[in-house]
Amino acid sequence: MIAAAITRVATAPVPLLPRPTHHFGFLDDFAKKEIRRAVLKAICLPGHQVPYSSREMPIARGFGTGGLQLTLSLIGAGDVVKVIDQGSDESVNAVNLRDFIGKVAPGVTTTTATAEASIIQSRHRIPELPLRENQILILQVPYPCPLMIVEPSERVRRRMHAEVDYARLWVKLYEDLVRFQEISISNRYPARVHGRYVMDPSPIPRWDLPKMHQSKALILLGAGREKKIYAVPPYTEVEPLQFDDIPFQVERFQTADGRRIPCVRCGANDSFLDEIPQAAGPAIHQCSDLDWCLARAAATAGAQR
Amino acid sequence: MGYIAIRGGERAIAASESILEALRCGIFQADPQSEPLTVTAIRDQLHLLTDRICSEGGLYHPDLAALAAKQAAGDTLEASFILRAYRATRPRLGETTPLDGAAMRPLRRISAAFKDLPGGQILGPTTDYLQRLFRYELLDEDPDSFHRAGARWFADTPAAQAESFPKVVELLRAEGLLPPPNANPPAPVDITRQPLTFPAPRSAALAAMARGETGSLLAIAYSAMRGWGYLHPTVAELRYGFIPVMWPHPLTGEPMEIGEIAVTECEIITMYDRGAEEGARPVFGLGYGACFGHNEVKAISIAMLDRSLQNGRNHGATVPAEDDEFVLLHVDGVDAMGFCSHYKMPHYVTFQSDLDRLRATRAAAQAPQAPQAKEATP
Repeated sequence: MIAAAITRVATAPVPLLPRPTHHFGFLDDFAKKEIRRAVLKAICLPGHQVPYSSREMPIARGFGTGGLQLTLSLIGAGDVVKVIDQGSDESVNAVNLRDFIGKVAPGVTTTTATAEASIIQSRHRIPELPLRENQILILQVPYPCPLMIVEPSERVRRRMHAEVDYARLWVKLYEDLVRFQEISISNRYPARVHGRYVMDPSPIPRWDLPKMHQSKALILLGAGREKKIYAVPPYTEVEPLQFDDIPFQVERFQTADGRRIPCVRCGANDSFLDEIPQAAGPAIHQCSDLDWCLARAAATAGAQR
Repeated sequence: MGYIAIRGGERAIAASESILEALRCGIFQADPQSEPLTVTAIRDQLHLLTDRICSEGGLYHPDLAALAAKQAAGDTLEASFILRAYRATRPRLGETTPLDGAAMRPLRRISAAFKDLPGGQILGPTTDYLQRLFRYELLDEDPDSFHRAGARWFADTPAAQAESFPKVVELLRAEGLLPPPNANPPAPVDITRQPLTFPAPRSAALAAMARGETGSLLAIAYSAMRGWGYLHPTVAELRYGFIPVMWPHPLTGEPMEIGEIAVTECEIITMYDRGAEEGARPVFGLGYGACFGHNEVKAISIAMLDRSLQNGRNHGATVPAEDDEFVLLHVDGVDAMGFCSHYKMPHYVTFQSDLDRLRATRAAAQAPQAPQAKEATP
């Protein structure tokens, strides 16, 4: 018979292990200071990727540790934090991050309402509601460098940025047009910031990229695993790479006969939609930005009442 | 037609945690009476597991490593991650003086280069010459024989050991077959406080590999051993044992011993280096690897990669194992497992963009024509 359990042995017992209470914002002050300095540098050099040491968080790399470190180094008492993933406050990862922030930053309130938030941490979306000057948008970034699609070596990419050498990106766009008659970059569409650095805007859809241009809110982008921070300061030029005769275009949500598909919930025909296949019949579409959609649906219901 | 569920993330996470906990407690197993593993038992009996977690977690704390192993139900990546996340919150209080490998109290010390050497060969604990056959008696081990085994080893082992174990590389250096160590080494880079940039200083590379994932290091080092590289290595020396940790006395500044840590340390010698300068006489190449705990595969892999990276640095990288970016950015288990796992998260938005592009491209392919101006951004 297999022994039921590993037997207790009479060796040195494990001493009383540390059971720390966490510092406000989880990160220690040395880490926060380093991040804030990187943020200041990033704001001074719009679109430039500032390396930082990037602490491991209790959330896995790839799940928003870059955004989380920015949020935790910036929040203080009185802040109101909103966390979204895929536009939704209810996405499992958003729920988890919001819960963690609430736990380690007592005194900070969380919200799902875009209008109420002072700090919005997001993955893959920029809210539909235009942001204000006293808001900060923090985007989670998996790949901080737009040149990654044409050059794997970071050393080479840094030199290309320094020399404003974006020729291979332009060639990639041109080759797309030759091969597909369309530019194939679906999200993470490269954009030039303040006429200098070309930036990876994080995997937001092309739909959201124009919202970065002359944004009233400060936009900070954090890549935890790749250990980079960069920024789009308020009122800064953000221009997608485009040819004079082939304008940049956003996602189209259209029926076969060219009509705009509305959201089934709130009826919006001017928002980014999630397409949800159905077992039978055509797919349904609804707004990806949950707060925006619910507010609009409630307003419509109120008007009808 | 209903809307999709938009709430419930919080409940789903709680339910997931609950079933994970049930699994950790063996609730679905045949023996519902099984007792919880003690952290002491994990630390002492699964010592190679806790060693690996200390090493990959980047923190020498066998007790917390054992707790992490228990909490993670034995998953080394997850357990190292827990330890690493804890480590990240600890402030850096100071720097020890460099640890001296020659001062190691070795449990094991071998050289593949010389038949005998000052201090002697000590086979020590190794699985190298075990016949990997099952020991079925361990299925039902009785506690008495278990405790007697430890006592027997103490009784059989002579107390006296050689006083000193000079490093094999020092013998080679004395003859000029290895280049002398750098007389003015640059201050080591703390990769937990400074970003890793490229070309990576050697200290940063060694630090990154010291907390690298064993399997990842092995895979890339193995590529260099097999032929994706030009190493021709000999293990000059491999040691496992305890190294004293020296800390400057707060008043006098004199280094004093504050404890010791278990370390595996390896030096490999390669045939042979062209020498940094044109016209210099040829010398052997040296590769160094060290990691917390007992993990020989990891220490040897680091030493191989250290040599490969130096070759790449001196003569240009020609194979993956010589490219510091390729090696150092892909051996961290915590980074790699996190990013691999992140693909399980929702990607509805980016996939929607992908659908948009593919449909547009397919439509364009149906009606071939020259690229032309499309509607502008709304």
